[in-house]
Amino acid sequence: MNQEEQVKLFGLWGSPFSKRVEMVLKLKGIPYDYIEEDVYGNKSPMLLKYNPIHKKVPVLVHGGKSIAESLVIVEYIEETWKTTSHAILPQDPYERAMARFWAKYVDDKVMLTLWKACWAPETEREKEMKEAYECLKCLEKELGDKSFFGGETIGFVDIAADFIGYWLGIVQEASGVTIMTADKFPKLHRWSEDFVGNNFIKEVLPPKQKLVAVFKAQFGGGATSK
Amino acid sequence: MTTGEVKLIGAWASPFVMRPRIALNLKSVPYEFLQETFGSKSELLLKSNPAHKKIPVLLHADKPVCESNIIVEYIDETWSSSGPSVLPSHPYDRAMARFWAAYIDEKWFVSLRSFPKAQGEEETKAALAQLEEANAILEKAFIDCSKGKPFFNGDNIGYLDIALGCFLGWLRVTELTGGHKLLDEAKTPSLSKWAERFCNDPAVKPVMPETAKLAEFAKKIFAKPHA
Repeated sequence: MNQEEQVKLFGLWGSPFSKRVEMVLKLKGIPYDYIEEDVYGNKSPMLLKYNPIHKKVPVLVHGGKSIAESLVIVEYIEETWKTTSHAILPQDPYERAMARFWAKYVDDKVMLTLWKACWAPETEREKEMKEAYECLKCLEKELGDKSFFGGETIGFVDIAADFIGYWLGIVQEASGVTIMTADKFPKLHRWSEDFVGNNFIKEVLPPKQKLVAVFKAQFGGGATSK
Repeated sequence: MTTGEVKLIGAWASPFVMRPRIALNLKSVPYEFLQETFGSKSELLLKSNPAHKKIPVLLHADKPVCESNIIVEYIDETWSSSGPSVLPSHPYDRAMARFWAAYIDEKWFVSLRSFPKAQGEEETKAALAQLEEANAILEKAFIDCSKGKPFFNGDNIGYLDIALGCFLGWLRVTELTGGHKLLDEAKTPSLSKWAERFCNDPAVKPVMPETAKLAEFAKKIFAKPHA
């Protein structure tokens, strides 16, 4: 497939996984058709055709061929549209391995840990919070004094960590649980503000209050219930 | 940058450790194999992988790379001019390799691992059915990815062959101890033939543990008294 062939993205308005792909498409200036999927209601026949294994979003369809799993899609976009200005991964193999490592760390461990800490019942909250703090401490250290995890510009790890950059604040508001504060994690906090302040990122972020309402409705009062 | 000593922290029985070992063999990269003692973690491991404290860890000129599939990609990119390409060259094929590798770790291996834990006939039947379903999915994936060639990666073994093939030793042990055929030539003929070819590959043979030795090891580690 070449760069001129049509790009379609099946996504979900509130999903950080779906938004990862949109962020990269915007950063690289790649035009695409967006199809909103009713993932929790009725999945479209197209989605089931293009992602029969997981039946989830996001799914990218390029020149009729489909790719699923957000970070796999991001790497595909990076490798296919090589000539555009915003590189998501570094050139050096060691730096690339580090980026992939931290993105996987966020994906496999951090997101779930943060989510559990916000919604855990009272009896389990202390244990979940402790784990969440450990994860954030690791990331705070990895970020260090860089503007972004990717260095001067937004990169693979920043994209993978979009949940931390934007959704975490919203989940904290909806659940009443606070994990990431400016004084506990100053570098991550500053990073999150710069991340959501980027014009391309801003363009695709779902509306805050709409998300708060959905989380409150679906997962309850968090701090007080379950 | 290919210069610098290569060391791999790992263990002979670990399928995840096998992955970078096969990749290093494919690229003819000599390395020092630092074996961890089962049941304890060395200072070097804890220092090199503080986030997960797990093997394998590749140390290249003392710089650590963690996570088996990420190490394989690193090896492929660093020693790009030695040996065959471990990942396919086309971005779509690379995406498919990464997609299926994730599926193998998150779904297929989870099914394999749950099989020996199943208690009683009902649970065993369910575990077997789940693994058979996953095998059927991979049979189709093999046909799609290989495009008539002997391996997922084509003419030579590659990333996806390694991602799945590393589990074949443990699959055989599970078949032996459970008494059930888990990779059935009748149900998944392409995958079964591929498995044989994979195990006979010169980059794999030296690091694939013997089934008998692995079975004995499994008996030892799973015989631990319950806490």
